[in-house]
Amino acid sequence: MIRKQDLKQISAFRWEIPVSFRKDMRVPVHIFADPELLEAALGDKSIEQAINSATLPGLVGQVLVMPDVHQGYGFPIGGIAASRYPDGIISPGAIGYDINCGVRLLATRIPYEKIEPYLDELADSLYQNCPSGVGVSGHILLSKQELKRVCREGAGWALKHGYASRNDLDRTEETGCLAGADPEAVSERAMQRGRSQLGTLGAGNHFIEVEIVEQVFDEKAAAAMGLRIGQLAVQIHCGSRGFGHQICSDYVREFQEAVRRYNIHLPDRELVCAPLNSVEGERYLAAMNCAANYAFCNRQVLAHYARKAFEEVLTGHVSDWDLYQVYDIAHNMGKLETHVLAGKEVRVCVHRKGATRAFGPGFKGLPDVYRSLGQPVLVPGSMGTASWVLLGTEGSMRQSFGSSCHGAGRVMSRKQAKREVRGSDLRQHLEAEGIHIRAGSMSGLAEEAPRAYKDVDRVIEVVVGAGIAAKVARLKPLVVIKG
Amino acid sequence: MEQGYEEIEHTADWSLRVKGQDLGELFRNAAFGMAGLMGISTENGPLHMYRLELKAEDPEALLVAFLEEILYRVEFTAESVEDINFSSISTNALSAAITYLPVVEVEKAIKAVTFHLLEILESERGFETVIVFDV
Repeated sequence: MIRKQDLKQISAFRWEIPVSFRKDMRVPVHIFADPELLEAALGDKSIEQAINSATLPGLVGQVLVMPDVHQGYGFPIGGIAASRYPDGIISPGAIGYDINCGVRLLATRIPYEKIEPYLDELADSLYQNCPSGVGVSGHILLSKQELKRVCREGAGWALKHGYASRNDLDRTEETGCLAGADPEAVSERAMQRGRSQLGTLGAGNHFIEVEIVEQVFDEKAAAAMGLRIGQLAVQIHCGSRGFGHQICSDYVREFQEAVRRYNIHLPDRELVCAPLNSVEGERYLAAMNCAANYAFCNRQVLAHYARKAFEEVLTGHVSDWDLYQVYDIAHNMGKLETHVLAGKEVRVCVHRKGATRAFGPGFKGLPDVYRSLGQPVLVPGSMGTASWVLLGTEGSMRQSFGSSCHGAGRVMSRKQAKREVRGSDLRQHLEAEGIHIRAGSMSGLAEEAPRAYKDVDRVIEVVVGAGIAAKVARLKPLVVIKG
Repeated sequence: MEQGYEEIEHTADWSLRVKGQDLGELFRNAAFGMAGLMGISTENGPLHMYRLELKAEDPEALLVAFLEEILYRVEFTAESVEDINFSSISTNALSAAITYLPVVEVEKAIKAVTFHLLEILESERGFETVIVFDV
């Protein structure tokens, strides 16, 4: 049990648990929060999980906890840990089963007034065009060879096959393809699961939303992104589907043996890891990159079918119905990056689990249009509230390994949400507020009720107050598609 | 805990407390608890059967492997467990006949069975564990 008095406040929005708190900690834990969000974080096992994560060998800096943190398994959701390359570790559980779960934002030039009569029809069309639900298959059945190409090429595969534009890829993290993906490191079972699920949304907290740009805080950045007040945007939240889940499961199981081999002692078996420069570590990284590339391609194919839905419904009614890519960013990933620590450049593997890369202005990997601004950071809220578009800052590079928050963060258990909320009542309530819902499961919808989440606006005030992100725009949902 | 399992609080994922008088009952209850969380509906019709043989380094890893196998078959081959008969089960191996019905619909997804603080405890009353599922 961790109490508030165990923490030391080191700035307005940053709190520390020193290494002296528990003898097996190798680095401190730093929590970004205001007093209310800190209380919420102490209310479940998030911080205990962050402390357990701080025992991983080869970590540098601090284990960082974002204000949207909540309890996960092994590593908390909303956690960041950087390990020294090449002799530090990589931990599949510190990245998560849904490798490269992430968010894509597409802007439109459609004013709300023009689309309002068609929103219901658009909800139906998106629900039909973008397959969702448990284990569902998509429009594409890949051969094994073709799936290997997806693993190596990521969103580039979608470009070759007419599901993407060059602009889409330019405005995707790593242009939608991580180097070093090796399908030979992926199990046969993962390959089986991946063949039919490209271009599917899945279930749980994944969604497609049509949103209205409600507020703009940075005119220059919003203009560069194509976001204008009163116009629509589309947000897609999903990951690598059963392909990524299987890869993570395979390696968590395999690494149970690896920790014994490398004499690594951990407080939780879900945190199993292997040195980055070990055979096991290199194989996991190669497989993880395959799943990451699959996820980039998956969101790209979903964007294609979202465009098809807009075309089907709006042709003849709206002159320019197209969807223009703003950005696509992962929030479950392990990446080799260079950061400055104590004045020296160090090569590290940054594990972000429920945390978004948030690189500041000047980063060479950004497209020209964003290079002087910083990297877009996409922060979906709960389905009844709001989502945010932010920018990475110089502060995020200094303070958080170029990372920021990824969402609102849950505060209520799924069990409690089901007890307190009826899915059909929630749907009715949201529709009365003008939000069109399409969901495969009413019970699943209840678990995702807005009240099960923290106040996303409060989370944003913390990351902005701490200087690890800057506000660009606030979006409000109009259509929500859930599996 | 009439059914041998109960859902317990977890902020983001699903967590089950499972009991059994012996390892076989614990594993069986865990499988039915997992299926209960997912809200699986099945076809009416004849039962089908497959055999499952698994090995692992310890009982916790064996339980994860067992549940992963059942989960995979729900998602990939649309087979929902109706009954499980263990011909043998030890702390590191099992052999079972799994009776199943074809899946019609799965309401909610489980991404994975985790090792998070997984420990199978044995007492005079039998076996007990808590399993966290990533959803």
